[in-house]
Amino acid sequence: MAKIYSKKPIATPNMLPKKETIDFLLNYSKALKIVKTQNGTYESIAN
Amino acid sequence: MANVVIPDAELVHNYINGDENALSILIKRHQSKIYGFIYSKVTDRDISDDIFQDTFIKVIKTLKSNSYNEEGKFLPWVMRISHNLIVDHFRRNKKMPMHRETEEFSIFSIMTDNSPNIESRIITEQVENDLQRLIEELPDDQKEVLQMRIYQDLSFKEIADLTGVSINTALGRMRYALMNLRKVIEKNKIILTN
Repeated sequence: MAKIYSKKPIATPNMLPKKETIDFLLNYSKALKIVKTQNGTYESIAN
Repeated sequence: MANVVIPDAELVHNYINGDENALSILIKRHQSKIYGFIYSKVTDRDISDDIFQDTFIKVIKTLKSNSYNEEGKFLPWVMRISHNLIVDHFRRNKKMPMHRETEEFSIFSIMTDNSPNIESRIITEQVENDLQRLIEELPDDQKEVLQMRIYQDLSFKEIADLTGVSINTALGRMRYALMNLRKVIEKNKIILTN
């Protein structure tokens, strides 16, 4: 029997997040420092 | 000069060692697939951006705290994080993720179409709507695998990782999904051609 396929109805090709979202993530990553000690894990965000 | 594609595992290693640009490459490489996956579930751009952001915040924290075990599965790992956040989102909002239009709504939305060659377009859209309704009738596990494979273009390995089953189980569910679709089509003498 022939394969039954349909065109994708929901997500359009090359759908991308906003540039602001990406910029935030990259800046967050640069600012985030994580330190693991015996007492636990500490996160700090540098300005 | 040939473009050298740095494997995900190497980029992750570099990022953990302080190369912030490696994260940028990873995000750019996979953002379309991850964001498309999220949007296909929540169907809202703003919520999709939020979930995408939360996904990568978790990724960043895990990598920076050296808690990530590299097994060559970066993308499936990130997709699993986004999948869990989507589940959390719907639990908070108590919504069903795959709500479909009713039969009457589909027909009337097609009838208001004014583009040229309308008959052909109506038939094509009706076939697609009929197919989607048939897919909705499948058992949840078969429906999930079929939708991930056909509409989200995921590999069976990715489907297996996301749904927490073996590849053979994912393949079996796909096989049964197609078999069940054929049975319903034959039993009800449905015509799915243009």
